[in-house]
Amino acid sequence: MKYAFFPGCVSKGGCPELYQSVKQVYPRLGIELEEMTTASCTGAGVLQEKDLRLGDILNAHTLALAEEQGLPIMTICSTCQGVMSQANHRLTTEPGYLDDINRVLAEEGLTYRGTTTVKHFVWILLEDVGEEKLRQAVKRPLTGLRAAPFYGCYIQRPSAALGFDEQPARAQSLETVITLLGAEVVDFPGKTRCCGMPLLTINEPGSLQMVAHHTSDAKEHGADVMVTPCPLCHLNLDGLQTKAAKQERRDIDLPILHLPQLLGLAMGLEPRALGLKRNLVPTTSVLEKLGVA
Amino acid sequence: MLTTFRIRRFNPEAESPQPYFQDYRLVTERSDTVLDALIRIRETVDESLTLRCSCRGAICGSCGMRINGHAALACKTKVASMAAPDETIHVEPMNNMPVIKDLVTDMAGFWEKIRQVQPWLQPAGPAPEGEYLAPPEAMNHLTGVMHCIMCGACVSDCAALEVNPDFVGPAALAKAYRFVADPRDGNSSSRLRELNDPGGMWDCTRCMECIEVCPKGVGAMDRIMALRAKGIEYGVPSTSGSRHTEAFADIIEQKGRLDEPMLAVRTFGLANLRQMFSFLPMILRALPRRKLPKSGPLFRPIPGIDRIRRLFQRAKEPR
Repeated sequence: MKYAFFPGCVSKGGCPELYQSVKQVYPRLGIELEEMTTASCTGAGVLQEKDLRLGDILNAHTLALAEEQGLPIMTICSTCQGVMSQANHRLTTEPGYLDDINRVLAEEGLTYRGTTTVKHFVWILLEDVGEEKLRQAVKRPLTGLRAAPFYGCYIQRPSAALGFDEQPARAQSLETVITLLGAEVVDFPGKTRCCGMPLLTINEPGSLQMVAHHTSDAKEHGADVMVTPCPLCHLNLDGLQTKAAKQERRDIDLPILHLPQLLGLAMGLEPRALGLKRNLVPTTSVLEKLGVA
Repeated sequence: MLTTFRIRRFNPEAESPQPYFQDYRLVTERSDTVLDALIRIRETVDESLTLRCSCRGAICGSCGMRINGHAALACKTKVASMAAPDETIHVEPMNNMPVIKDLVTDMAGFWEKIRQVQPWLQPAGPAPEGEYLAPPEAMNHLTGVMHCIMCGACVSDCAALEVNPDFVGPAALAKAYRFVADPRDGNSSSRLRELNDPGGMWDCTRCMECIEVCPKGVGAMDRIMALRAKGIEYGVPSTSGSRHTEAFADIIEQKGRLDEPMLAVRTFGLANLRQMFSFLPMILRALPRRKLPKSGPLFRPIPGIDRIRRLFQRAKEPR
């Protein structure tokens, strides 16, 4: 199981604990990674607001690099995953589009044939590592922990570009992983909704309202912790939770874990090694519940 | 198969009007749509159940409602696709609009926002002798957006509208794009300036709910993104939304990946120092956790940045 690893900007920027924790867990699952150091940012859907074709050129470049290596791509960010999936979908389904983009890549001596698959870590856990191996990797089942999933828009929509037709289990992948790790899933209506991150620059009160709403709703449904495969959601839900709580005059204090952090805890890894002290909302309550504080 | 329909009811004429859920158990056939089932409930079980429908064939857009948490046309949604035998289907009125009774919502606000974008052709110059002509290739990309049947599904599930009722919303913006991108329209510049105002095209949160729930494949959010691109192309006055986009693209061209602090500074700009400073408590908590990313000259470009810069340049060249 070898992948071209696309860490994304945020795991190397505002959420370094995501990069740190995924580095801890992947070798223990039989995964091999080769980091894509020369691939650019996907554009995160933001650059695409200015020039969609430019975004597709940048992503075709990344897809072509992986194709040359003969490897599928592994992402650890819902946004990177979604933006690359959408680009790949356009490139491989719109007649003539791949030829147009390849004319641009040709001057760099590159061609994209349309064969690269892009998979988020959470899908890899279920589709490639498999439930059996994942179960074996669990050394400290998260018994008694009530975890609310929070997906991030880009790994849920548009489902046509994300391979949900071929792999329908992807829509519930977080719940499946949470259950396999021994924790209890807390279902709540906001799990597939927007975290508010893209709205932050234009409507900060609205963005914070979303943060406060989803985190307190999950808590009211009984969650001890929220887990997300998207570092951009994490920036908002963890980073701005205090500010959101103040705005909405609520006490929230819901720890938000990156998926590899939750996985690492179930694998029996040290909280410090997983960067759990780097989350802005303290994660002590989670560790206490698991008896590892 | 036996299916339970858990329907959100609301009667404004009740003594103390409050929404509540009521369950109806019904034998359904494989071919039944949710609308077939609801009509059968109304005709055979409870004549007080109120819903709106007309064509029953996904053309008129009257039967928009939320089915298992997402907006859809009841006439286009098969019961069997929403629930296994003996499972419950949740049926609620559309969100982001007032409920008149049971599953019927008031669409007045929806139409008002559609009118706000002036959804008619505004050609410039003298009228031609015959009809206004446009080559098919200039119109083909608009066929998707012309399929809109105004059912309100996108508006119902819009996350940005939930926190900002003044947002013009996905249906109206998709309609606006239909005219901005029409080669016969002569008013694009002024349309884009109006859409640039607060509550307009920059207020979408890019959650793609509207793309997912649209029964006609209009892809409203994609049209909103295309409007933003047109706005930048036409040089509409900068907003924090457009500055964010421009700065993002510049940074990727220079560094290959995102310099997050620089993006924040360039987005908020000197005009919004107060907003920028309001993030100080978060920054102060991030610092000791070594979470503050490097920025400016300390933030090095990715290896092979020259190639990324060349790709940016080539993207600007004519095809």
